[in-house]
Amino acid sequence: MEKNLLQLIEEMHYSCLSGKMLPDRVVRSAYVSDLLSDVMGKAQPGMVWITSQVHKNIVAVASLKELSAVIVVNERHVDPEVLEHAEAEEVVILTSGLPAFETAGRLYQKLNEME
Amino acid sequence: MKMHYDIEGGNFSAAGRASSEIKKTLKQFNIAPALVRRIAIALYEAEVNVVAHAWKGTMNVDLTPEGINVVVEDEGPGIEDIGKAMEEGFSTASDRVRQMGFGAGMGLPNIRKNCDEMYLSSTPGVGTRLEIKVYFGASSVCESCHRNFPAE
Repeated sequence: MEKNLLQLIEEMHYSCLSGKMLPDRVVRSAYVSDLLSDVMGKAQPGMVWITSQVHKNIVAVASLKELSAVIVVNERHVDPEVLEHAEAEEVVILTSGLPAFETAGRLYQKLNEME
Repeated sequence: MKMHYDIEGGNFSAAGRASSEIKKTLKQFNIAPALVRRIAIALYEAEVNVVAHAWKGTMNVDLTPEGINVVVEDEGPGIEDIGKAMEEGFSTASDRVRQMGFGAGMGLPNIRKNCDEMYLSSTPGVGTRLEIKVYFGASSVCESCHRNFPAE
């Protein structure tokens, strides 16, 4: 099952911090990790990346791996400088307002509910 | 086509700039997306290694119709034991670097998985030289041609 970002943002009540102009991106799965090299090695294009990292390098990783979006967990604050960089690199950054466990669990359910 | 980038040690906010620019260039040349992604991963990891471990470094890219050859050289502490550094999970990164989510000990293994040839040499206390080759003709990853030469 896949969804596009707009569907996910509406159904999961995510806030969109950057990349609002890219709602058509498809989301097939997700990867949960705070280790950047782990994401570089294992995540696949079309995934969203669930993380608590908020520094500028998440943009490079998401862009290089062609991830559909980064979902920042909890109420972690993302600096305007990072968001600016994300806009320039066409990286979508969302926040879930929930811890990683709940964020991943709910998204897993949503992506699998039609199967 | 040749490209040159300077990499500043310790400057994480600029890390990934060289790899991103090279990726954009490769896309313009109509290279298969899967191949572009492999190259980008290898180059990003190499770039981050310089930022995380060295004082300064350079990335020199030679792009030809046959493939890409990248040499990353740095001035820094070097690598004491290359065999160990190639093991997944081994890292000498500082706590500060680990807090950012780097230093998982997967950088060099990720590079090896994503290139066709890899040559790594280092002099402790002086610096490290990494050479990566990816051939555009090779449609899939060739596990058997991954090589690692501890010393030159």
